[in-house]
Amino acid sequence: MTTDFFDIDSALSEEERAVRDSVRRFVDERVLPIIGQHYIDGHFPLELVPELGKLGVFGANLPEEYGCAGLNNVAYGLIMQELERGDSGVRSFASVQGALAMYPIYAFGSEEQKRRYLPKMAAGEIIGCFGLTEPDYGSNPSGMITMARRQADGTWILNGAKMWITNGSTAQIAVVWAKTDGDPEDKSIRGFIVPRGTRGFTSKDQKGKLSLRASDTSELVFQDVHLPADALLPESGGLKSPLMCLTQARYGIAWGAVGAAMACYEEALSYAKTRVMFDKPIAGFQIQQVRLAEMLTEIVKGQLVSLHLGRLKDAGRYTPQQVSLAKRNNVSMATDIAREARRLLGANGILAEYAAMRHMANLESVYTYEGTHDVHSLILGQAVTGINAFK
Amino acid sequence: MKIAVCIKRVPDMESRFKIAASGTAIDETGLKYDISDFDAYAVEVALQINEKAGAGETTVICLGPDAVQETIRKALSMGAEKGVQLRADAVPADSLAIARALAAELKDGGYELILFGKHALDTMTGGAGTMAAELLGLPCLTAASRLEVTGARATARRELEGAAELLEFPLPAVVTIDEGIARPRYPSLKGIMAAKKKPLDVKPAQLGSVRVSVEKMELPAERPPGRIVGTGPDAVPELVRLLQTEAKVL
Repeated sequence: MTTDFFDIDSALSEEERAVRDSVRRFVDERVLPIIGQHYIDGHFPLELVPELGKLGVFGANLPEEYGCAGLNNVAYGLIMQELERGDSGVRSFASVQGALAMYPIYAFGSEEQKRRYLPKMAAGEIIGCFGLTEPDYGSNPSGMITMARRQADGTWILNGAKMWITNGSTAQIAVVWAKTDGDPEDKSIRGFIVPRGTRGFTSKDQKGKLSLRASDTSELVFQDVHLPADALLPESGGLKSPLMCLTQARYGIAWGAVGAAMACYEEALSYAKTRVMFDKPIAGFQIQQVRLAEMLTEIVKGQLVSLHLGRLKDAGRYTPQQVSLAKRNNVSMATDIAREARRLLGANGILAEYAAMRHMANLESVYTYEGTHDVHSLILGQAVTGINAFK
Repeated sequence: MKIAVCIKRVPDMESRFKIAASGTAIDETGLKYDISDFDAYAVEVALQINEKAGAGETTVICLGPDAVQETIRKALSMGAEKGVQLRADAVPADSLAIARALAAELKDGGYELILFGKHALDTMTGGAGTMAAELLGLPCLTAASRLEVTGARATARRELEGAAELLEFPLPAVVTIDEGIARPRYPSLKGIMAAKKKPLDVKPAQLGSVRVSVEKMELPAERPPGRIVGTGPDAVPELVRLLQTEAKVL
């Protein structure tokens, strides 16, 4: 690929390259030919899920003993990069399944829960979603009003609503975060596994999206949902638990955004070299060369940020603030590149036949979810000044 | 069934090639390598035969420098059980020497079926498989587009110009594989992890005397730029004249 301008391949292990190449081929052969139409139709390509499960992308950095691939975090990041080179919706599915549904079960679940759910989720036989955000509590999840009350027999009654839930209507299980026992403080937040079909649990597809159209985004409603005692993720406790999940997902997004940017750049470069205007390819005009040079430079920087963050994560030395920097930088970079690529493509750039505008619209969601760009700015601001600007 | 698949590591054929300073090889700088396509089909065929039988063992054999171990591990990550590298500094241009080294490895392996790609994507000689069969004294069938094994016999289909032929032969045998027979599976991520733990033997390649060598390698001459001879119906006589007299295609 022409985007490997700094021979970053040479900084990857053979195994990391093999993982990347296998997922890359899958995306080229199975995702790219169909994704434009799915985007237009507003459907997630659900038929890819068993194949993605067989390939092993779900929760790929979780241990083999739970049916996962046991990859390191750099290989996991490369998977996210390749999936988002296809479409942010496809990467979002994998992020939610792996980092937001499987990871909390792995990190906070009982051994029985891990053995019951993780192997089937790795295989794509059980799809999960993650319910944290509420209609009135997005950037401020600690204000959530969803409440679970423990009954005398140890079971739970759950009430509340969650919004903007990726995979919400597709999932067989929802990992739902709720305050407990009437305590309004965020330290009471715990995680619950809520299977579809549980009485009082309904979901509704969110219509009218102009972004992430090849993705299921839903609202979840819980009305007196009676859950058994073992629905609780026993090791979860406080807002820190869901935030730990978000750090995992944001890490993947930092890589994924680079993939979307790579797709846009490759498309723009190829178009510029073949599109003839004023008797020469538009790649021969200085204005397009500047565009391409800027795009490539930012992609290389994003690649290096992701890779180094991955090495830090594998060494157990990364911080959530570093993940914030990477997510914030790379998604913003990709959003700009997608727009520039669309512009370079001229009128053709508005067609679904090309990827740039689909990525451009998708990335507006990615810019906003998993901690908005602005929230990550404040996290970094707090990290460097020591002053909390949220309150 | 005990199956051997002989594979080759080749550069990505969509690369932009340059000739190395020696003038007898391509410049490998910056090239990406992978298993040759027809060889990947052969690996897939072997895996499917053994999966259908519910038992068996697939060994992949690759001749070349240590870099080929990555290619062997790719086949292992697809599901092959064992790998063998026949170590040589470079793959010689002499197909018979390659066949000799492969036959030396294959002859005591107890393989019931030996598969090759019909030719390597880079050199396209297609000689190693047939020559190895001859050295091993085994029946040989080239460019199979379908292959089915029943007990100690097999049938294969070959595509001809406007027809196809079905052939039947006893095992062990050597079969070279054409495209269209099977789509190589994606190496699963678990498969990639498992491949690191599978046996990969390294042995010296017994090439014997190498009698064919590349004297010179050159890129095709650059095509002259196109010429517009005119527009509309008025240009047709001149175009026909040039196609007859210059291009000599009419």
